[in-house]
Amino acid sequence: MTAPATNSATKDKAKRDTPEQAEFRRMAREWLSHNNPPLPNFKPIKSGVEMVTEEQRDYYCGWQKSAYDAGLIACDYPVEFGGGGRNRCQSVANQEMALAKTPVFAGAIGLGMAAATIFHHGSDALKQSILPKLFSGEELWCQGFSEPGSGSDLASVQTFARREGNKWIINGHKVWTSTAQFATWMILLARTDKTDKYNGLSYFVVPIKSQLGKTVTVRPLIKITGEAGFNEVIFDDLEVEDSFLLGEVGQGWQVAMTTLLHERGAGEMPGAAAGGQKAKDATATSSEFPLLGLAKRSYRNGKPVVEDAQVLDQIMKLLTRSVGIKQNRRLRGVPTLANTQRLALQDKLLGTDYMQNLAATALEIEGMSSTLTHEDSKAPDLGRWPMAYLSSFGGTIAGGTNEIQKNILGERVLGLAKTK
Amino acid sequence: MTKAATQPKNFGFGEDENALKNLALKFFQDNFSAGNLHDLVASDSDSRRSRECRWDRAMWQQIVDLGWLMTAVPERAGGLGMSAAAVAGLVEEVGRAAFPCPLLPTLGVTYILDACGNEPADAVLARIAEGEAFSYASCNQYGSWSDSESELKVEHGKLNGSVYFVQEAQKVDGFLVNAKLNGEVALYAVPAKIAGLSVNPDAIVDLTRDQATLEFSDVDIAQCQLVATADAVLSALSAATPAMLVILSADMCGAAEWQLQTTAEYARTRQQFDRAIGFFQAVKHPLVEFMVEIDQARSLLYNAACAIDFEPEMAGQYARMAKAVANDAVGFGSRKSVQLHGGIGFTWECYIHLYLKRQLHSQVLLGDASYQRARLAELVLAS
Repeated sequence: MTAPATNSATKDKAKRDTPEQAEFRRMAREWLSHNNPPLPNFKPIKSGVEMVTEEQRDYYCGWQKSAYDAGLIACDYPVEFGGGGRNRCQSVANQEMALAKTPVFAGAIGLGMAAATIFHHGSDALKQSILPKLFSGEELWCQGFSEPGSGSDLASVQTFARREGNKWIINGHKVWTSTAQFATWMILLARTDKTDKYNGLSYFVVPIKSQLGKTVTVRPLIKITGEAGFNEVIFDDLEVEDSFLLGEVGQGWQVAMTTLLHERGAGEMPGAAAGGQKAKDATATSSEFPLLGLAKRSYRNGKPVVEDAQVLDQIMKLLTRSVGIKQNRRLRGVPTLANTQRLALQDKLLGTDYMQNLAATALEIEGMSSTLTHEDSKAPDLGRWPMAYLSSFGGTIAGGTNEIQKNILGERVLGLAKTK
Repeated sequence: MTKAATQPKNFGFGEDENALKNLALKFFQDNFSAGNLHDLVASDSDSRRSRECRWDRAMWQQIVDLGWLMTAVPERAGGLGMSAAAVAGLVEEVGRAAFPCPLLPTLGVTYILDACGNEPADAVLARIAEGEAFSYASCNQYGSWSDSESELKVEHGKLNGSVYFVQEAQKVDGFLVNAKLNGEVALYAVPAKIAGLSVNPDAIVDLTRDQATLEFSDVDIAQCQLVATADAVLSALSAATPAMLVILSADMCGAAEWQLQTTAEYARTRQQFDRAIGFFQAVKHPLVEFMVEIDQARSLLYNAACAIDFEPEMAGQYARMAKAVANDAVGFGSRKSVQLHGGIGFTWECYIHLYLKRQLHSQVLLGDASYQRARLAELVLAS
């Protein structure tokens, strides 16, 4: 469904192009036809935040640099801040990159979250010094929001910034910081007033790489799967200039909310959402429901799974859900039939819950074989399902737990009283 | 992958389809509130109340005059020949109002007759286009949905036997009956008022519908219209099944949205512990879960309806999915709609039970969720 839909959707959009957009589209398409990099030797990642190895960093940073040089990133930002100075061309670039199935960009946090915040709240000098390297991927970014004591209740963060003359002295502990090991900069939410929860927060841009081994420590956080992926970052009297404060002192929560809008997918992400490169085998099988083949091959409690009515029922539930999620997205495009926001806010909940149930059901299908990891050659489906099940909690917890998603839906769509 | 691309992105909801749906929504908003429904069907709470059929025949006539009964009748038989998507949108609004009427069974018969595609069937379709209501009668006492089973027999020119769980039997003008003729199935259109046929109303939980057992005793088959026999019956029924599942699912989705909105309104206004109860996650989260499942059911409903119109080879699978999810959604949501109303939800005066009961009835019609998934598994594993 996706490939032809994208194709025809892009054709529809191309018809409505302004002369500038049409010219830009031609340029982008021409460039992409020669410069889309070959697939990497490793399994392609779905977002820059998933980068773990240096090999991955080099591949995705290389692609970002060449796309930036070709004018496909920050097309609509002013030239003085490293942008293309165009008008409504970023969406065209995103469409063309999706069509060409380019790799994702290394600078997911920088492009998707930091850029817009810095652009809206930073001084011209800060924008001039920081944005061009953010766009090119020469400098990568990470996000310092969550803490060991502040997850869903983000406004309770305790990392403290103390003012000393023209400087701020920062102490604290951030967790779940993807790509911090590669990052030059961090966007940071810190407390500047201990007496006021929401109005006691401020928003900073802080250096990471230049302070490693001095006032900043980055350590890998090992996930439930045993893999590294996130980091924790510890600040020990880190000093930053006053110009690295974004927005006013005490306005950090409001500034952070604009960042989170980007994380939850409500805002347009310049460039970071573009791409769509997949491994060759994944493209071939992505439309196929993965549990049917597994069920046909598997035995459970000594019997073929396809003879087990209860498991078959569960598999059909999931097959139905996989179609339902696609149709939910399709219905979102028909505003005469449905409340678009109501459907959009369900997407994260539905998708992550589905992935977890899919993996859990795969384990049921596999029976005793589900005990085997991918390190064991006897494991069915190369042992992907136990890992998928463990990984699935990343989805149901990150980016606002699914319980928080339900609060948001109940409050914004059904108008129920706010939990907090 | 390319299959879905053959469906239009908007599920086939263009101007006409949206207009019909909006017209139906407005018609019931203007003419038939939940209070009206309660007055009409629940004035008497005695469980031994008469089995007389409670419905607003005059308003039904208005609906017939609006042309809703002929929406699915093909143009060749004098109908409007509208798409399954259009009909699904219409029925969703009928379900939202829980309006007691024979629209659903008549639509079901319409789809079967359309699939028969012969002159006798078209003649019956023409009568539907003129305002006659029909109900399909085939269920045995064990609640079988099998197209090839029937306890009715035609021998020596007489129709004999019983058929069970016939929907809206007191509201219709005729029945489409599945009977055995020479050991094979045959479909007959039988007038409701014919010598030898007794319509014995069941005492049912759902106050918004009526249901009956039909007993045929030496009914003269010459006065009935034979519309199909043997394999033609089976292929017509199999072709019409997706549409029958779709319209039932549409009714359930519409009714479910009423249940959700009514319960959410209660959670916004009812105060306990100095707060609106919707503040509490034990109330908030189940309402959200119900909403998510309703939207899954609606998405699958429109997909199935659109498949009937544009992708018939997938309509069977998609319709099974739609009914299964509608069932699960309302099974969960109806229960919560009563529970979250607390004490008032346990009373006869609260309207919420009318919808709970309608949904309980809809859930078993044409088979429950696990039945749908078992049929889906057969289709999927065979393909």
